Amino acid sequence: MLRIKNLQASIEDKEILRGIDLEVKPGEVHAIMGPNGSGKSTLASVLAGREDYEVTGGEVEFLGNDLLELEADERAREGVFLAFQYPVEIPGVSTTNFMKTAINQIREHRGEKALDAVSFLKRMKEKMKLVEIDQSLLSRSLNEGFSGGEKKRNEIFQMAMLEPKLAILDETDSGLDIDALRIVANGVNALKSRDNATIVVTHYQRLLDYIVPDYVHVLYKGRIVKSGTKDLALELEEKGYDWIKAEAEAQA
Amino acid sequence: MKEVTGNNIITALAGQFETFEKGLNGQSQSPVHQVRRAAMAQLQDTGLPAAKDEEYKFTNLTKAIGKNIDFSLPKPDFSQGAEAINQVKINDLDAYSLIFLNGEFNAELSDTIEVEGLTVLPFAEALKTKADVVERYFGKKADAEKDPFIAMNTAFSQHGIFIELANKTVLDKPIALYFIGDSQASQLAYQIRNLVVAGKFTKATIIEKFDTLGDHASFTNVVNEFSVDDSAHIQHFKIENDTDKAYHISNTHASQEANSNFTANTIALNGAMVRNNLNIRLDAEGCESYMNGLYVLKGKTHVDNHTVVDHIKPNSYSNELYKGIMDDRSKGVFNGKIFVRQDAQKTNAFQSNKNVLLSDNATVNTKPQLEIWADDVKCSHGCTTGQLDEDALFYLQARGIQKDKARAILLHAFASDVLENIDNEAIRNYLEQIITERLEA
Repeated sequence: MLRIKNLQASIEDKEILRGIDLEVKPGEVHAIMGPNGSGKSTLASVLAGREDYEVTGGEVEFLGNDLLELEADERAREGVFLAFQYPVEIPGVSTTNFMKTAINQIREHRGEKALDAVSFLKRMKEKMKLVEIDQSLLSRSLNEGFSGGEKKRNEIFQMAMLEPKLAILDETDSGLDIDALRIVANGVNALKSRDNATIVVTHYQRLLDYIVPDYVHVLYKGRIVKSGTKDLALELEEKGYDWIKAEAEAQA
Repeated sequence: MKEVTGNNIITALAGQFETFEKGLNGQSQSPVHQVRRAAMAQLQDTGLPAAKDEEYKFTNLTKAIGKNIDFSLPKPDFSQGAEAINQVKINDLDAYSLIFLNGEFNAELSDTIEVEGLTVLPFAEALKTKADVVERYFGKKADAEKDPFIAMNTAFSQHGIFIELANKTVLDKPIALYFIGDSQASQLAYQIRNLVVAGKFTKATIIEKFDTLGDHASFTNVVNEFSVDDSAHIQHFKIENDTDKAYHISNTHASQEANSNFTANTIALNGAMVRNNLNIRLDAEGCESYMNGLYVLKGKTHVDNHTVVDHIKPNSYSNELYKGIMDDRSKGVFNGKIFVRQDAQKTNAFQSNKNVLLSDNATVNTKPQLEIWADDVKCSHGCTTGQLDEDALFYLQARGIQKDKARAILLHAFASDVLENIDNEAIRNYLEQIITERLEA
């Protein structure tokens, strides 16, 4: 589904990603872990198409297309979804209206008819239940005045509404208490299928108790320095990142 | 004659004034005409605003009209058909429509209004049949000495509307004033003078819309005087969505008595140069004033909003929100003065002006001015100018929304808090439609 080859990216001439290789197949969950500043969020942003980053080398293939050629909105319409680490507050735009526009633009892209009001509401209700989010919250300005947990649940709600093929969760666990974490993880798990894949970007192992990854990759200084199974995450939880750093420095 | 700024314009106007005077016959001795004469003399003495005039320094209207309008030319005939006239009306607006063609009231095209306690007359007629009321209010709020364009308007005040609401008169629907000009054959210039006298406990909404049909330049100069008595609720709309060659200036003066409520909605969407002066005097306790302004500009449109809120007595409230979106080479100007006099303790006065610039060539000049002499007041003001929020744009795009559409959504959201303040669904829909079309183009 997703094939990343030697991906390099920088921001304002500062090199952040220094050659990432990663392959994600349908049905898989990959966790990207790593210390602060290792490039985790940059990887998520580059995949979603944020223009602040300049891709300086490498390739990204998504469902047979050159992902790097596409604008952020085109990527989303092809099925890439980024759950933001810091969801943006947008006064004057309600989640409901925004979702209606997004869904219908995606449907139009696929050559489908716009969703009628009844079907849209039905889908809303279903997905709201999934992330235990209230209708009144969705009628308000997008994320404005939402608590941290509400913002993250809103991200997963949007993901549920849009049914992406590849979901990238960028530190969705940061700032969440255990109840919110459980709700978010349940939402993600419920959406998992044989056809879609998930990349979970996180600093801590905690989220991976709830969203169990098939593979864990450790990012350090813009490279994947170690890959393994979920046991690697547990090892990191126990021993921290220093041994990874030491290993990586020794190799370099 | 003395050499002043705008000399050519004033000389031409002096000629027009002579002709105007000759046509008045018996009425040239009336008190109102003495006010006109004084205003003309005033204009000849002070001239039009110079380039360095503090009040007009960002908006050189004198130069613009001097270049584009020949004031010695006679007013052309109005020869547009009914369809063109109907097109400028606001869709689905349930209102009493009064139509003015090239500045002159047209009874045939206008609705007749029969509401007990309400007097609606063309201004010229009110000068004859309601002379006592007109004399009491005419030129009292809009001072010809304060602004040369008020002087110009006052000198030629003949056309417009006179609205008087007897105590406790409540209008069942708004009065919409459509000022339609025909500049197809040649340029057009005219002046409109409106006087609204609202008695105690009255309620009314007055809508003004200026449109020019045709390819030549136009100049319209309007003065509105509102007298808002105790506990009256008066709402005023002013909508400018005129041609690229339309030059327009308005002076709206409202004076409020105790516990009254006055709302001014000032919308500018198109024109060559638009200058709106809005002055509200809160001359008693318990007054509320709301000023909502929205300007969404493109091309070379230049819109300047100057507002003055004068808190004279204690315990009053004013709230002002102006928002602007400037694209292409357009230019916005906002100047908001708030005065809180020494007597006006416990005043609450709020002001906000926010702008978004969509192109490198668009500009805005914004200046809040607060002068507070009372010591127990709550006042705030703020102005911001920026570009569209890139993070928000990316967020919407990351959900599959095309960049253009995402931009339109954000700008619409930016304008929405002004639109939400608009207490009339048809007008809100009308504006939203224009703004949506504009932003998605």
